[in-house]
Amino acid sequence: MCLAIPGKVLDIYNENGLKMGRIDYAGTVNKACLEYVPEITQGQYAIVHAGFAISIIDEQEAQKTYAVWEELVESAAAEGTDIFGIPLENPPSDVRKGKKS
Amino acid sequence: MKYLEEYRNPQIAKRILDEIKATATKPWVLMEICGGQTHSIVKNGIDQLLPAEIELVHGPGCPVCVTPLEQIDKALEIAAQSEVIFTSFGDMLRVPGSEKDLFMVKSEGGDVRVVYSPLDAVKLARDNPDKKVVFFAVGFETTAPNNAMAVWQAHREGLKNFSILVSHVLVPPAMEALLSSPLNRVNGYLGAGHVCTIMGWEEYRPIAAKYKTPIVVAGFEPVDILEGILMLVRQLEAGEAKVENQYSRVVHRQGNRPARELVERIFEVTNRKWRGIGEIKSSGLALRAAYREHDAELIFNLGEISVEEPADCISGLVLQGLKKPVDCAAFGKTCLPQSPLGATMVSSEGACAAYYAYSRHTFQQKNRASAKKREAVAERDLS
Repeated sequence: MCLAIPGKVLDIYNENGLKMGRIDYAGTVNKACLEYVPEITQGQYAIVHAGFAISIIDEQEAQKTYAVWEELVESAAAEGTDIFGIPLENPPSDVRKGKKS
Repeated sequence: MKYLEEYRNPQIAKRILDEIKATATKPWVLMEICGGQTHSIVKNGIDQLLPAEIELVHGPGCPVCVTPLEQIDKALEIAAQSEVIFTSFGDMLRVPGSEKDLFMVKSEGGDVRVVYSPLDAVKLARDNPDKKVVFFAVGFETTAPNNAMAVWQAHREGLKNFSILVSHVLVPPAMEALLSSPLNRVNGYLGAGHVCTIMGWEEYRPIAAKYKTPIVVAGFEPVDILEGILMLVRQLEAGEAKVENQYSRVVHRQGNRPARELVERIFEVTNRKWRGIGEIKSSGLALRAAYREHDAELIFNLGEISVEEPADCISGLVLQGLKKPVDCAAFGKTCLPQSPLGATMVSSEGACAAYYAYSRHTFQQKNRASAKKREAVAERDLS
């Protein structure tokens, strides 16, 4: 019931006095009410629930989280394996030389 | 799709899982509140990938599931009336009342329509002035702003033929009811990301402090959920009980202010009965007096209906995290998604329906084995 999905605002218009927008969900386009995200602009991504945008996705926060995760994956790569423990085909040079830290 | 695929990355998921395994030293019972998270956990097999120390139990966060049988019967009574266009989200249509469901009412000639947004129901009211258009307003805090906007819009347009049948419930009172139960097993909560998108997470701080239970607001993709679990386990192992926000790309501390303001203007807090659990004080919403001309219960003058739940259904215990769907003798036998006995099988977001959809009834042996493993961990911890 609380399902909400990200979509990109294609354009913004007014309908019966309400701020509305056309939203692109990976190719499927539908409209949503934008009254609860009054500052939203064309091209931004929003989380949409049952025809209403309820939050503008914070690009900076998304990047911050993702950077932490990338570090986790890189730390596995530094050990010469992928995260499943399978040896990498092209491990980092210091691992090849047996300098695994 | 941007903001989806990166949160389904198996490499990152596996790495976080390794971190959880390295961090957990004691047995912890964690509850995800939201049915959307339950669905994602079971679909992705997250519960089966976790180390034996971590047990996930499934919370009451499926509004379709917890809508009382009496409210479904009221919907059926209204929908059967000839002057009514009854509108609802699709997931309510197959929820059985005591005798039938909305699909059956439709097959008998009732004008029952699925809408994508409550504003679509307002449009129907605008386009059909000779009909009474009713929207079945079921949901948590996530959905309340949408229904508030529909009422506000109908009210300012003077659409007296638009009403809602309200069955709104609120998450924090239910979390508190579970924690204050003497039977409580929950050590930490994964908070419902989209409820918090509206409400923020300030109201969870007193709960975390009072019950010494950490709460991590989490998203819905596998990596979100795993990171939320890791944050909970880190807190529990360190003896902390804070509120943290894993879903920071969407959830802000204060939530969505315009949405909260309109909900406050249209609705007031009331006591609500939760299917499978019973009445919880101040756990629901009702229309304020100024908007009661849009209250379907008053318009159709529905009396109190009292209905008994099937005796062999344990959904109340499942919703409280005390039992798992596979612990029920009826699960997958007399209780099926096509013919559900109780709350947690009626919606795809219910724990029983999720277990059934992903064939957990065929893994009962494995579940018993992991229960034994958990017991062994608990014994080891005690000794």
